[in-house]
Amino acid sequence: MRLRPAAVLAVVLGALVVVGLASPAGAASDAINIKGTLSDTRTDPPEPVPDVKISVEIDGSEVATGVSGPDGTFAIPVPGSPDDLLGQDLTVKLDTDSLPEGTSLTDGKKTSFTVMVKTNADITVNYGIGPEADKGPGLLQEIAQNSINGVFLGLLLALAALGISLVFGTTGLTNFAHGELITFGALAAYLLQDAFGWNFYAAALLAVILAGVFGLANDRLLWKPLRSRGTGLIAMMIVSIGLGIFLRNVYQYFFGADNHQYRGVPAGDLWNIGGVGISPKSFYIAVICVVVLILVSLAVTRTRLGKATRAVSDNPALAASSGIDVNRVITTVWIAGAALAGMGGIMWGLQNGFDYQVGNKILLLTFAAVTLGGLGTIWGTMAGALIVGLLVELSSIVLPPELKYVTALVVLILILLVRPQGLLGRAERVG
Amino acid sequence: MSWFEVLTNAIEQAVGPQAVVYCLAAIGLNIHFGYTGLLNFGQAAFMMVGGYAVGALVQTWGQNLWLSILVGLLAAVVLALILGVPTLRLRADYLAIATIAAAEALRQILGAASLNDQFGGQDGRFGFTEALRDINPIPEGGVDLGIIQFRSYDFFIMLIGWVLVALLCVFIYLLMRSPWGRVLKGIREDEDAVRSLGKNVYSYKMQALVLGGVIGAMAGIMSGLATSNVAPSDFATDTTFFAYTVLLIGGAARVLGPVLGALIFWFFLNGLDLFFGKATSGTDPLIPSAIMDSNQASLMRLIVLGLVLMLIMIYRPQGILGDRRELAIDGR
Amino acid sequence: MGADTMNEKHETAHGGGDVILVADGVTRTFGGLKAVDVDHFEIPRGKITALIGPNGAGKTTFFNLLTGFDKPDEGSWTFNGQSLSGVPPYKVARRGMVRTFQLTKVLSRLTVIENMRLGATGQKGERFLPSVLRFLWQGQEDANTERAMDLLRRFKLDAKKDDFAGSLSGGQRKLLEMARALMVDPELIMLDEPMAGVNPALKQSLLGHVKSLRDEGRTVLFVEHDMDMVRDISDWVVVMAQGKIVSQGTPDAVMSDPAVIDAYLGAHHDAELTFDMESQIEAEAEQEIAAETEENR
Repeated sequence: MRLRPAAVLAVVLGALVVVGLASPAGAASDAINIKGTLSDTRTDPPEPVPDVKISVEIDGSEVATGVSGPDGTFAIPVPGSPDDLLGQDLTVKLDTDSLPEGTSLTDGKKTSFTVMVKTNADITVNYGIGPEADKGPGLLQEIAQNSINGVFLGLLLALAALGISLVFGTTGLTNFAHGELITFGALAAYLLQDAFGWNFYAAALLAVILAGVFGLANDRLLWKPLRSRGTGLIAMMIVSIGLGIFLRNVYQYFFGADNHQYRGVPAGDLWNIGGVGISPKSFYIAVICVVVLILVSLAVTRTRLGKATRAVSDNPALAASSGIDVNRVITTVWIAGAALAGMGGIMWGLQNGFDYQVGNKILLLTFAAVTLGGLGTIWGTMAGALIVGLLVELSSIVLPPELKYVTALVVLILILLVRPQGLLGRAERVG
Repeated sequence: MSWFEVLTNAIEQAVGPQAVVYCLAAIGLNIHFGYTGLLNFGQAAFMMVGGYAVGALVQTWGQNLWLSILVGLLAAVVLALILGVPTLRLRADYLAIATIAAAEALRQILGAASLNDQFGGQDGRFGFTEALRDINPIPEGGVDLGIIQFRSYDFFIMLIGWVLVALLCVFIYLLMRSPWGRVLKGIREDEDAVRSLGKNVYSYKMQALVLGGVIGAMAGIMSGLATSNVAPSDFATDTTFFAYTVLLIGGAARVLGPVLGALIFWFFLNGLDLFFGKATSGTDPLIPSAIMDSNQASLMRLIVLGLVLMLIMIYRPQGILGDRRELAIDGR
Repeated sequence: MGADTMNEKHETAHGGGDVILVADGVTRTFGGLKAVDVDHFEIPRGKITALIGPNGAGKTTFFNLLTGFDKPDEGSWTFNGQSLSGVPPYKVARRGMVRTFQLTKVLSRLTVIENMRLGATGQKGERFLPSVLRFLWQGQEDANTERAMDLLRRFKLDAKKDDFAGSLSGGQRKLLEMARALMVDPELIMLDEPMAGVNPALKQSLLGHVKSLRDEGRTVLFVEHDMDMVRDISDWVVVMAQGKIVSQGTPDAVMSDPAVIDAYLGAHHDAELTFDMESQIEAEAEQEIAAETEENR
């Protein structure tokens, strides 16, 4: 899967060049031409592929054929005047047997496809040709590749989701504005880099700190006053929805709706391990996530404050009566949770790019992770995030890729029904 | 556009087809949330099954529009049962997450490219309103009510919509002052208490979910009929949240809450949009372009909306019509 | 105390008389701890039975099990000879066995009279479509209102009929909950700590109301841990400790039973048993149990 974007990009770039060169000549012809280029995208620049047969059909009967030339281009005039052809469906077929040995189209669906004639202009079709393996990697290979992608996704989700879990555990708030904490980190790093010209690593570091401060501000300016007013949890949940809508649009106000990328972090050459592609950038992101998650785990098991956090999550009333400063724990949880969320946003942006609603887009996935693991439990959230990541990526082996997030949502619903306390949560926590 | 037109346009929108749609969606939510205390965050799903049933049955499968509307309403009943049988046992915040996830999953499925032939992917279904347009009795030139004007078909939709809203309000008024409504309100307060008095709480919750869901489907169908289009983007999570805002502005657990809420919501949502649009347009805009350009102006209404939702919930959770002592919002 | 002695007392107390509820082998475990482990339990018909015991004895859990609000691990029980195992709470209530709650569950944002009307059973107006047609249920509603007003007068709440129930005092809420339960017209009324959180002045009048329930022919079971309260009004006392029934008999016999004194003192390490502390601890336990109930439903 990871090979695809690069290949597609090469094809598109190649096509642009070819179309740019070819179109002036084509415009003079009376008949409509089906034309384009065949290029082998395994090399850079792509090499032309000659002697491939292409045919054009109308209503199932072949009306014209052509063969690609030494420069990989072809142009097949369609018989009949352009006016008569208007509104007709043309089916363009590529004879895969005529492709060079051991190769196939990078886009397997393109061997036969149909276009409707809408103008009298020529119709351009470009073909990218890659290794035969692309026709479908072995199932095992695919499972391995998707599992790795799933783990990477799960680690990012774990960072992003810990905050929701901690806040829920200590205050009972289901924070629908948590996505905006994730986005905050991504945007802060971007702002530091883009507007102030900071080095990415420095920008990311300060952005994580700023995200923590932002979390603190969230609690101090909004949630803490609401708690002391005795506002109900459902009312607070709806307040968080309003806050989410507000912040999301403020973000868009200042950063626009564009997709942003960080600069200065090279993707590196893809590592190919037994047919499984791993981008070094993704790998290092995953390593950082693991280190941070281990640090969080150590913090909650080894430090006084961490232990207190767990105690409050387990039973706020009991913790308070046993002398734990619940307010201090909640403050810490907001700072740490928001900083982790912000870091998750930066890592996500580094991996996939981001926009003003990146956090909102993955909010339901983080809910799924948190619920799966058991609301309010720290280990559960990490485990839940990994499972959700794996499920999402593995499901795309059998489901159309656009439905891969649906899997996570369906699992979320099923878990709520069957075991609302989550996989690792204790029954006593619910209610 | 003059400042006066900004005002009149906002008034037109306040009673226009979109206001009808959100009014209906909020009436459904009022039954769920206002009266029964069910935190349904998936109202968009009910709208979606209604709208898509009509759009797809007519456009994809060539069925009769009226029959399709009936099927759309039945589809909402089915969705309520599928969603309700398992989730109505959950506590409030889990129900919220389950319904929001169900709605989003359904939306992604209906918008999937692999189901393009049936549901039209991201473009959705369109052009299925011929039968309704054919019986439109409003003169082709539209309707001029002095300072506000409506196009013929829009006015026809509004007419149908507001009559429907009025009928539903009467129906809900009758329901909620009856012993049936009393049981719902009891469940909202404390379902165990109601159980201890011999009432089948689960069955009442299901009845509420179905009724509110069917009214939600009416909203989705009206939305499809008004624009001759149903698309996944019409039924995003925010759609449900807007309906909540409408309900909470007007006042939950009040028969006329959703109506008043819809009027105010759409007046201000569009008023703000038009105001900031005008304030940032032209060669010498009221607001310098360094502060706000026209793209940013279009975001102002949502920024304000988010703030309003927060402030209402904090300072006046009973909305405009509600009675503070009887406010429906309560934490567990 | 052995099972033989217990049976003996049982015989003498109500002379092998009529029992309304019988439970056998009912157990309920929370996380490895047996909260309830009752071999045999009976409620004599037409009498006031007190279920007492120190906190954590499993009284409220047992109560929840009997009324269907919680499910036992095993065990069976019958009401008027019909099995109630696995019967949902609302059906338990319809059969004539109605409970109240330790943490009073009045419906705060309904008026007092609406709370009362909600208790009436078999209402035509509670069905979806008939509810819209007022003439179908108006007559029944009037009759229910009349009955509700009678009860409110009896419990001295008639002046408050149009107030929101949330505005009542703790004692008045207890009264309202009791009155509302009577709207169901139960044979057996089960009161979970009717005296908890009630000011002392009102306690006597509450006790009077409990007695009046028996005098009009109903059976009463109530949970209590204040032994002095129990002595005055109950005909029969059952003592629970650590999930088990450790003694039962007439109030005087139970009070002097060494097993009972052990149970109370043992559970509290010689500490003075104070009412406030008890109810606070019980309230916490109740919340946890409610959570369990929810999860297991």
